[in-house]
Amino acid sequence: MMKVNYTAAMMTGNEAVAQGVKLARVKFISAYPITPQTTIVEKLADMVSNSEIDARYIEVESEHSAMAAVFASELAGIRSYTATSSHGLLYMHEMLHWVSGMRLPLVMSVVNRAIGPPWNIWSDQSDSMSQRDTGWLQVYCESNQEALDTILMGYRIAEDEKVMLPLMSMEDAFILSHTSEKVELPGQDDVDSFLPELKLGFKVDASNPLGYGSYSTPDGPFMELKRDMMESMWNSKPIIRKVTSEFAETFGRDYGGLTEDFMTEDADYIIVASGTVASTTRYVASKLRKEGKKVGVVRVRYFRPFPEEEIRKAVSGASKIGIIDRSVSFGGAGALSLEIRSALFRANGPDAVSFIAGIGGRDVREIDIKNMFRMLEEGNSGNIFINSGGVS
Amino acid sequence: MLEVRFHGRGGQGAVTASKILAHAAFLEGKEVISFPFFGTERRGAPVTAFTRIDDDPILLKTQVYEPDVVVVLDQYVMKTVDVTSGMKPESTIIINSRQNPADLDVPYKTATVDATSIAMELGLGNRANPIINTAIMGALVKATRVVDLESMKEAVYEISPAKKDINVRAVMAAYGSTVSGGF
Repeated sequence: MMKVNYTAAMMTGNEAVAQGVKLARVKFISAYPITPQTTIVEKLADMVSNSEIDARYIEVESEHSAMAAVFASELAGIRSYTATSSHGLLYMHEMLHWVSGMRLPLVMSVVNRAIGPPWNIWSDQSDSMSQRDTGWLQVYCESNQEALDTILMGYRIAEDEKVMLPLMSMEDAFILSHTSEKVELPGQDDVDSFLPELKLGFKVDASNPLGYGSYSTPDGPFMELKRDMMESMWNSKPIIRKVTSEFAETFGRDYGGLTEDFMTEDADYIIVASGTVASTTRYVASKLRKEGKKVGVVRVRYFRPFPEEEIRKAVSGASKIGIIDRSVSFGGAGALSLEIRSALFRANGPDAVSFIAGIGGRDVREIDIKNMFRMLEEGNSGNIFINSGGVS
Repeated sequence: MLEVRFHGRGGQGAVTASKILAHAAFLEGKEVISFPFFGTERRGAPVTAFTRIDDDPILLKTQVYEPDVVVVLDQYVMKTVDVTSGMKPESTIIINSRQNPADLDVPYKTATVDATSIAMELGLGNRANPIINTAIMGALVKATRVVDLESMKEAVYEISPAKKDINVRAVMAAYGSTVSGGF
């Protein structure tokens, strides 16, 4: 393994993200502040005004304009960044399609926050889950360190010529964004060798005028371009695995790829979860193992592209699995549950129970996870359970 | 894993206190996590903050429900908030109070310190809003030994935005005047 220089410090998830943006040598930032994303862009604005970072920062009047601004700068071949949450992300929705459809390898942070009404600033994945069809890669982080590292890996993956799609990296509101943890800051030289400068093959160039995103009839090339996006999304899987493993070799932290498995090999009961709920589930599963219970956890990092093969393989030996969603599709189930059930159905996989938990920032406590494992063990064959524990 | 819960009022620095403790343990090479009970940080309103300390990476991302140590920055918050909630028989509570532990009649190991007077004497904050979150850390170390006094002094020095030396003196003054009882 390479010898890597780093310094460790205590920082919040949002500070860690801002440090990641700095290390990635982002040259253009535009954002509109919204709780709980605000401290990311505050920190970046400070860095720009102190010349700590060689980037331009443009204040705009809305999230829609923020995404339009980074759309333009990316098209000029400049590595760009923005961040948002909740209603801000919904307001960007239209522009998300423009960025992915124009194949711009932008990286954005989303601090997952509930969507009103009623107004609620706390953790909930409904905002990003409702953007799953926009053609963006989606990563859900479980620690401040991963939030920083995902910015670095994110640009590498998005900018890979086989991918060329934007990526959004998620942090749970407050539980990561405003929580202080130990974070290792890699040295700039090591990051520079891991993440080379952006070289956009089709950037806007006044000396070589081209038309961009203009018009297509049903005869084409609209359908062909969308097919190409689908193929790039599928092709991104081996790139994600490769970059994650290269990151592990360089920096010594291995995130496993699209998913991370814990004690799944001989597990009878497995819970699949994402974000910080997955972290707490790992904690509970380790405790239950000490009591002799054969339980395991799959942590979903990438929701887009969907890690179908990984999940099928990890849970193939289990007798029953549970899926925790911190979001809901009304009239359906959680987004993660729906996708996993469909993947397992095609593979004659184990029976899967859907748990909706932690909506609107409700704490998902140890006791809640223990209850979920107990329900799996007791053979509850229900479809969807709403876990509303955690009230203190 | 050691779990600490801080109770105070918005403006008293309970959230910063949780960060200072985490930083002191971080300086000792421990794994740490510190966070507020989000969204309640309004001036004067009851505020809760948490710190976890362990030798291994901390995976538990919930609030603290069964604290090993409770720190109360404002004695009168106890009238409206159940600060001893979830405390275990061996848990310790540290209260900013002029009174002795015996007079407070809390059914746990209790330590008190007059952090408000210490802050006032050293000119930290003003009468309406004394800055007591550094003084109380001296009592926390004295009563629980969760970190060394030296690490705590260093953490307070590093995190204090101003009057760094005076804040460290507040830690030492509180360390020297903490009264323990109910042990």
